[in-house]
This record gives sequence, C-alpha cells and structure tokens, in this order.
Amino acid sequence: MTVVHKAVEEVKQQYLSFILAGEQYGVDVVRVQELKGWDSVTRVPSTPPYVLGVINLRGAIVPVIDLRIRLHLGQAPYGPATVIVVVRVPGARGERTVGLVVDAMNSVHDIAPSAIRPPPSLPGKVDDRFLEGIMVEGGKLMLLLDVAALVTSSIEDG
Amino acid sequence: MTIDLEMAEIINVFFQESDEGLDAMESGLLSLEGGSDCEAINTIFRAAHSIKGGAGTFGFGEISKFTHAVETLLDQMRNGTRGVSAETVQVLLQAVDAMREMVALARAGTPGRPAAADAVGARLIEILEGPVDPAEAPTTTAAPEAVATPEPPAQAPAAAFAAGPLVQPAAPGGPAHWRIRFVPHASLFETCNDPLRMFMQLESLGRLTVQVFSKGVPALTEIEPTQCHLSWTLDLHGAVTQEQLVEVFDWVDSNSSIGYERLDEPGSPGNLPAPAVRAPAPMPEPPSAPTAAVAPAAAAAPEGPTAAPASRANVDASSIRVGTEKVDALINLVGELVITQSMLGRFAEGADAGKDLELLRRGLAHLSRNTRELQESVLKIRMLPISFSFNRFPRLVRELSRKLEKKVELRLRGENTELDKIVLEKIGDPLVHLVRNSLDHGLESPAARIASGKSETGVLELNAYHQGGSVIIEVKDDGAGLDCTKILAKARERHLLADDAVLSEEQIHNLIFLPGFSTAESVSDVSGRGVGMDVVRRNITDLGGHVQISSEQGRGSTIRIRLPLTLAILEGQMLRVGRETYVMSLVSIIETVQPRPDHLHTVSGHAELFKHRDEYLPVLRLHEIFDIEPDSRDIASGLLVVAESDGRRVAILVDELQAQQQVVIKSLDRNYKQVPGLAGATIHGDGTVALILDVPSLIAKFSARTAASVGRAA
Repeated sequence: MTVVHKAVEEVKQQYLSFILAGEQYGVDVVRVQELKGWDSVTRVPSTPPYVLGVINLRGAIVPVIDLRIRLHLGQAPYGPATVIVVVRVPGARGERTVGLVVDAMNSVHDIAPSAIRPPPSLPGKVDDRFLEGIMVEGGKLMLLLDVAALVTSSIEDG
Repeated sequence: MTIDLEMAEIINVFFQESDEGLDAMESGLLSLEGGSDCEAINTIFRAAHSIKGGAGTFGFGEISKFTHAVETLLDQMRNGTRGVSAETVQVLLQAVDAMREMVALARAGTPGRPAAADAVGARLIEILEGPVDPAEAPTTTAAPEAVATPEPPAQAPAAAFAAGPLVQPAAPGGPAHWRIRFVPHASLFETCNDPLRMFMQLESLGRLTVQVFSKGVPALTEIEPTQCHLSWTLDLHGAVTQEQLVEVFDWVDSNSSIGYERLDEPGSPGNLPAPAVRAPAPMPEPPSAPTAAVAPAAAAAPEGPTAAPASRANVDASSIRVGTEKVDALINLVGELVITQSMLGRFAEGADAGKDLELLRRGLAHLSRNTRELQESVLKIRMLPISFSFNRFPRLVRELSRKLEKKVELRLRGENTELDKIVLEKIGDPLVHLVRNSLDHGLESPAARIASGKSETGVLELNAYHQGGSVIIEVKDDGAGLDCTKILAKARERHLLADDAVLSEEQIHNLIFLPGFSTAESVSDVSGRGVGMDVVRRNITDLGGHVQISSEQGRGSTIRIRLPLTLAILEGQMLRVGRETYVMSLVSIIETVQPRPDHLHTVSGHAELFKHRDEYLPVLRLHEIFDIEPDSRDIASGLLVVAESDGRRVAILVDELQAQQQVVIKSLDRNYKQVPGLAGATIHGDGTVALILDVPSLIAKFSARTAASVGRAA
C-alpha cells in the first residue's frame, strides 16, 4: 500500500507555461492541442470583448479568447511573439477546441503534485475560480490555470 | 469491455434492420389491399422472418415469439392456404405496430410486451386457430378446387406431407419421435451459425439425443479450424411438428443437407420410404385460389384509399451503413482541399511567367475540376431519396380517411428525389401536418363531393422534384380549397388583422400561417387545434426553406415547399459593412435596391421606414446591430437588401454587395455557441472566416432593440 502511494506521488504532471502581463502561468499539457502563431481573426458581433473572434483551424471554426482581457490584466498589442494556445476542454456538445491568446510562450515544466499549493486569494489579481493552484520554483511564482473552468465560463456566461 | 461494445454495435444493427423490416412489412401490407401480389407477400414474410431470427439471436424472446405468430400467418398466405382478406391485413398492420413498439422497448433497454401487443397477439392466434380458408370470400359454392385443396388427410402421402404442418399449425397431436440427419457443408461457420445453439433450441422442444459423426475430420496437421467437418443424427421425442423442426434449421438450410424422418406412427407421413431431404415442400398450389380469394377481399374494403401500387418506390437496396460523423469528417476534409486548391490557383495566377508556369496552371485546372467533382460526390453521400419520408403516408392516409369517412386516393410522385438526410428528417413532421390538414379541411366528404359534381374519391398528391439548387415538395388536393371570406372573418375574430385591412387573395391565403389560426369548425383529433400551419412554416424556415399556398375555391389547394438540397452548402450573397464581410442566404433575399431619399421615412423620431412598392418596411441597420463602423450612416448612400422571414419583411442596410457564391456552412456552436443573428460561419478561398447571417434571429434581435429604444423614448 505504501509502495503504491509513493509511486503515485512520484508521477509528475507536465505544465506548459507562458507569460501574461509579466507573470508566469501554466496549463496542464493534456489540455493543449497545439500552438499557433498570430492569425487574422474574424470578429464575431454581440460577444464579450475578450472573445476576439473566430479563426479557421484546418476547417474547424475555433473561437479565440484573449486571456489578458479575460483575466483583467489590461490589453497588449498583438505582435510576432503573440501566441495562440489551442486547448481542448469538455463542452456542451463533446469537446470544444478554443484558442487562448497569450503574450509569449515559456517552456514545459514537470511538476510533482506535492509541489502545488492551493491558490491563495490574490485580491485584484486573478479570478481564483480559474486557478488550480500555485507553484513556487526558484523563487518564481507560477499560477496554474484551470482551463476547463476558464473556457466554459468564458463561453457560457459571455 | 470491447466485446460488450461490439455486441452493442451489432444489436444496434439489428434494431436498424428491424426498423427497415417493419417499414417494408407495412408498405407491403398496404399494397396487398390493392390486390394480391405473391412478391409482396414474400417480401413481408422475409422481413418478418429476419426480425424473428434476429430477435431470437439477441435474446429478445418476446419479439421473436410474437413475430412467430405473424410469420405463421404470413406463411399460410404465402403458400395459398389462407386467403388475403381486409381483416387479416388490418390485424397484420396492427401486429406491425405492436412489433415496432416492442422493438422500441428493447432498444430503450426495457424489453417487454405492451398491452396492445397482447391484444393483437390474441387476435392472431384466433385467426390461426380459426378455420383455414383459402377463399375467405362469401362465394363458397362457386370454387370447387379451392374447397378441395386444404383437406389433406385423405390425400396422397406426398401432398399431405408437404401440406400437413401448414394446415395443422396448432395441432401437433401426441408425442412424436423425429430423427433428423444434419450434414452441414464445410462452410457452415462462415455464416455465423452454431450447431450447438440449434441443438439447444431443439432440446427446448422435447427430449433430445445427439449422435455426432466425426469421420470427416482430417488429421490435426491438416485441419482447417474455420471449417465444419462434423455431421449429426438427432433423435427428438416430443409434441413437435415438422414445421417447428424446419424452423430451427431454417438459417442453415442453404448450406447443409437436412433430412427429417418421423419414426413413431406407422402410416404417418414421416414413414415415407424416402424422407424429404431439405427439398422445398411442393406447394399444394390450389389453382387460382389466391386470386379468387383476393378479389372479393379487395372488394370488401372499398372505403380504404387506393394507394396506387405502381407508385411504390423501389429504393435500391445496395447500400452500406456509414456513421454520419465519418461522412462529415470527409466533407470537412474535401472542403479544405477545395480551399487549398483555390489558394494554389490564385498563387499561380499571380506568379511571374516562366517556362514551367503553363504546366503548373494546366495541372491546377485539372486539380480544380477533380476537387469540385470530389466535393459533389462526397456531399451526395448525405443525400437520401424522399421516399424515406413519403413511405409513411399510404398508411397514414388510409387510417385517417377511414376515421374521417372520406374516400381518398393518394398519389406519390418523384419519390426518388434526393435531399439531405437532416432536411429529410426534419421535413417529416411538417409534411404529416400538411397531409392531415388536407384530409381534414381540404377534401370533402363523398356526399359533398358528389353534390358539387366531383368524383366521390378525392385525390391527394405528394410530389417532389428538383428545381435549381432546391427541392420542391408539393402537397396538393382537389378538395374545397380555401374560403377567403371565412379566413378573413376568422382572422378578424382572432384579432390577427385590422378591421380595415385590404388584402389580396394571396395575402388572405397566407393568413393561415399565422400563429393561433384555425378554421376548423370543430376541434377534431385529426387537426384543428390551431397549432399547425405556423409551426409548419417555422420548421420550414428553420431549414432555410419557404412555404407558399395557392388555392382555388371549390377546386383544391396546393402547398408548395421549397427547401435547400442540403444544409451543408448555401447559395450565399456576400455583403460588406465597413471592413467586415457577411454572407446571407440568397433564398431569404427578395431583392436589393438603392433607396431613393423620397422613399425613406422616419416615424416618431426613431423608427425608419422604407417604401418598397406598396409596403413600408422597417430599415434594419446592420452596422448598428453588429456594432460596426460603416462607410456611411446615410441610408440613401448605402444599399437596402429586402429580406423575408416568417412572412415578415425588412430592409437591411449594407455598404456594398459583393460576389454571390456557394459556401460550405460550418457550425459556430461546435466550439463556441450560437450567436443571435448568425447562422454559422464559412471559410473564404483565402482561408479567412466569414460569418453567415441568420435573417429570422436578426429580425428578432432588431425588434427587441427597437422595442427597447421605444421604451427609453417613452
């Protein structure tokens, strides 16, 4: 029993990290389908400001959400470093594919579940409904996003 | 886990096939009413037989037991020992309904036997146990041959052997001793038959002893495990008829030799020197009996509609089952291919002349033709003939006309006209509504028809054909037609119309599509609750179609439905507002006009109206609704697109009209959600996304907005 328990603890999860307004964020790689360079987005009327519009992803119409605007981190100009992280989350009709605009990519981190702390309330920072937890590594803070909750609320409530 | 999954899939196939089989039985039974037809009885029998077999295999005992009785009756009709009467057909139709219900229960995971099935089952048994009369006609004295045939006992053994079990289905007599010699061909297993199962089935009939002969089995080194090398001799003691035995071996009949021998009673048919070895029993064939039986039967049911037998559609049976998601994936990919091809084409157009360029262009032209053809064929996979929807009507019309005591002849035309599966599924209910309406309100009673100088049988015609990129479906009757005075009175009574409104005949006819409108004198259970025509129109509009009615009092009405061939492709008009481009379905556009300033009016400071011919249409500023920066806010310098939805017309203000082209419709809610005012999206030749306008929801959005602004102003 102890052995099994230990084995579980040692399975590290991979998180893809990116930069938003100077802070480091991470999402579970299992959710990430691909990374895409900045593309021309078709605006969809009658949608909240953080829904930038839709893009054509190999024949599928995929909505693009600006994470900065969504998380109230101010607006940044879109440039060559701007990246769309394409994620897949459970939706009303099977899986949804959604693009998330971030400032820049960072890297992939292996994180042991034990290293993840529950999210403290960060007043005025990020809506903690969308936080899975936080992680401190080498004195640097990484906020782990609950992408499924974030995307679902962005689409259904918007 | 995987086995369960596979099993579920196989059972699902059984359900689908049962549905098809039941449909086939129903249409076959309906065609029997027009006169006997051996081929039709055979088809019905085969359908029943495979449902029974499938149900037995998958453990749906109730279905298989019930279907067995149906099959027995059909078998008697098939080999002429029982006549086809209006009554048996009616009972069989009810049996089909009961089977349908049982299949539905099994599908829902709660197999069982509904009360209706019990009643029909009892009736079936009653018929089966009743006198077997090949000519159930009152003309008993006239047909000596017909009377002679079904009396087997005193006849020649051979004939009795064949006819015996058929004429004594429920009288197996005392216990019998059967010896069965079963020699399957080596290929037995290829047809998924398992001798063990058959033997278990035999065991349920009586005491069984099995002797196996393994002489034919080759040496272990040479054995082919997928082949059957064994043969058996089985002894069965019990009250069993040969018919029951034949049934057990029915599925392997074609790939084995089977001999049945009855050993007990001396003088019984089983003691023949040469037992019948899987030879089809020679039919007693009462000469002319089936036809003699049918003619009076058909004459006995003159109140039913005469569904023209010639119009029965014969849908080609050579097809395969493919999941729609697979087809959609294919359509998606081909759509991408078309886009890639047009990107390459544009690149070649703009490239500098070089020696290889000509070759490249030629290759691209070729590619373009091929991709277009590929796209067309792939889109056709989703198309099904409209007969899938029309097939339900013979039955429906038959039942309804009986209930309403009207005589109706149903004519179906153009059943092979193909349209998209989704469109087909969604048009079914509106069509049923229209047909019911025609029968209830349109066609008159026989007496009234004669009084107005028409033939007493009314004609209801369903007609489908292609016109341009659309499918037209017409529901036409030669009944009383619409009564304009009555409609006007009703519309005023229900406050659907201003008292002083002056309407053209066409406009009056279209009033019947208004919500809450019904002219039925009494509310019957056929129609007349006032939900109906507006729902019909709503459904058709949702499919991107149009419905129109034309009627002549005393001569009948025609309802014409125009539907898009497919929901995957749309004939689109590109519109530009500021820097954004939208696509609008050409079907919803009436016309586009450059407005003259004197045709524009502003009412009470906010509502803008455009005078279009004799009508004042509200102006819908797309740039305001969608929050776009337009070229100009001045209506007179833009274009007005007159569009219609649900009978409402509006003038939509845009900056510019661009090309018309076919676009592939993509769903917006697959990855996002439905957005009011938009029907979906499409992908341009350059790979960018354009949004498709949804006129009905656009108008709804506009109305809400106007109402809100009126509220603010007040």
